[in-house]
Amino acid sequence: MMGFGPIAREPDEPTFHHEWEKRAHALTLAAAACGQWNLDMTRHARETLPPAAYLAKSYYDIWACGLEKLLLSTDMVSEQEMKQGKALLAPRPGVGKLAGADVAKMLAKGTPFDRPARTPALHAPGDALRTKVMHPKTHTRLPRYARGKIGVVEAVRGCFVFPDSDAHGGGEDPQWCYTLRFAGRELWGAEADPRLIVSIDAFEPYLERA
Amino acid sequence: MSGEVNHNHSELSEVQLRVKALETILIEKGYVDPAALDALIETYETKVGPRNGARVVARAWSDAGFRERLLADARAAIAELGYGGRQGEHMVAIANTPARHNLVVCTLCSCYPWPVLGLPPVWYKSPAYRSRAVFDPRAVLAEFGVRLAPEVEIRVWDSTAELRYLVVPMRPDQTQGWSEERLARLVTRDSMIGVGLALSPERAAALS
Repeated sequence: MMGFGPIAREPDEPTFHHEWEKRAHALTLAAAACGQWNLDMTRHARETLPPAAYLAKSYYDIWACGLEKLLLSTDMVSEQEMKQGKALLAPRPGVGKLAGADVAKMLAKGTPFDRPARTPALHAPGDALRTKVMHPKTHTRLPRYARGKIGVVEAVRGCFVFPDSDAHGGGEDPQWCYTLRFAGRELWGAEADPRLIVSIDAFEPYLERA
Repeated sequence: MSGEVNHNHSELSEVQLRVKALETILIEKGYVDPAALDALIETYETKVGPRNGARVVARAWSDAGFRERLLADARAAIAELGYGGRQGEHMVAIANTPARHNLVVCTLCSCYPWPVLGLPPVWYKSPAYRSRAVFDPRAVLAEFGVRLAPEVEIRVWDSTAELRYLVVPMRPDQTQGWSEERLARLVTRDSMIGVGLALSPERAAALS
């Protein structure tokens, strides 16, 4: 999408603008540690908000909406509980919990997404590839502006969890990930900046030989 | 979704009420430890931020061996300074040169290297930046006060997978012999995203 106008910057911007933003951020991380969903599901929950709401809401409001959707869809919280703002039912069994004392350890460990390769990479640096024209209704990380475009492999990054599968409970299905660079004119046409190069990080199933 | 949450507290906004409701429910149901919330908030307010990244860049400016390691395996090099973990699991460092300026964006959401830069500013997550950074980055840079010569290549990195990018800006002139600590004060958050340059010594002095 285009036409959003100038970028609104804020001098000396604080990390959070309101107390509720801190809490929405922390709640999202703590609830993710319950182990009932993964990061790709979280992204999918946010990006499938109604488009007008997605564009109008502030960032941590989008996070709160995403968290509400995930809690409902995993039956951790009921609609009735959400409406009344209090617990009404027993907790779902088998849900993990992040202890305060374990936060530093959890953050330091992070969530690595690289996985052992099951097959050799199909492509190598310097290869010219075309991104597929595809418009799945499900989650994908191939941006729309870079579909059906020819680029060159800049780096083979390794094998990573495949978001298109992981976001829908289809398992990690690890895939090779490539940094693919495009000339600005390939993406945007003849009027694009002649000195512009844009890259995306693309999973192997997004790519075909040019 | 939760428009029926009662609105007796008229001073509270709808989103405040919803987040409060989420916190109450998750704690009451035993899913979330209030101490974990406190620890998370404290971490992102006080421990994680662009000062970490500035130390990484200052070391890269001072130590050619470190710079080489940083550009070859950023995660491992950054870990030498004690930074890493969530949203920094797969780091790539990219260095500006006189011929090439790097700029980082996440057009799909808000991917950002938390351990070295902290949480992203609002503008980084805005539709305006996310759409324009890949389409018209030279104008975006001009809005941020960076005017590049037309022959300088602009290299935009759209973080569409799990790699997280850190720009190593060019070291300003007239900083020979400076300590890492002093150099780090020239490294702004914006310069490590690529929407800014490192501060000149004069500019830094004027700002301090």
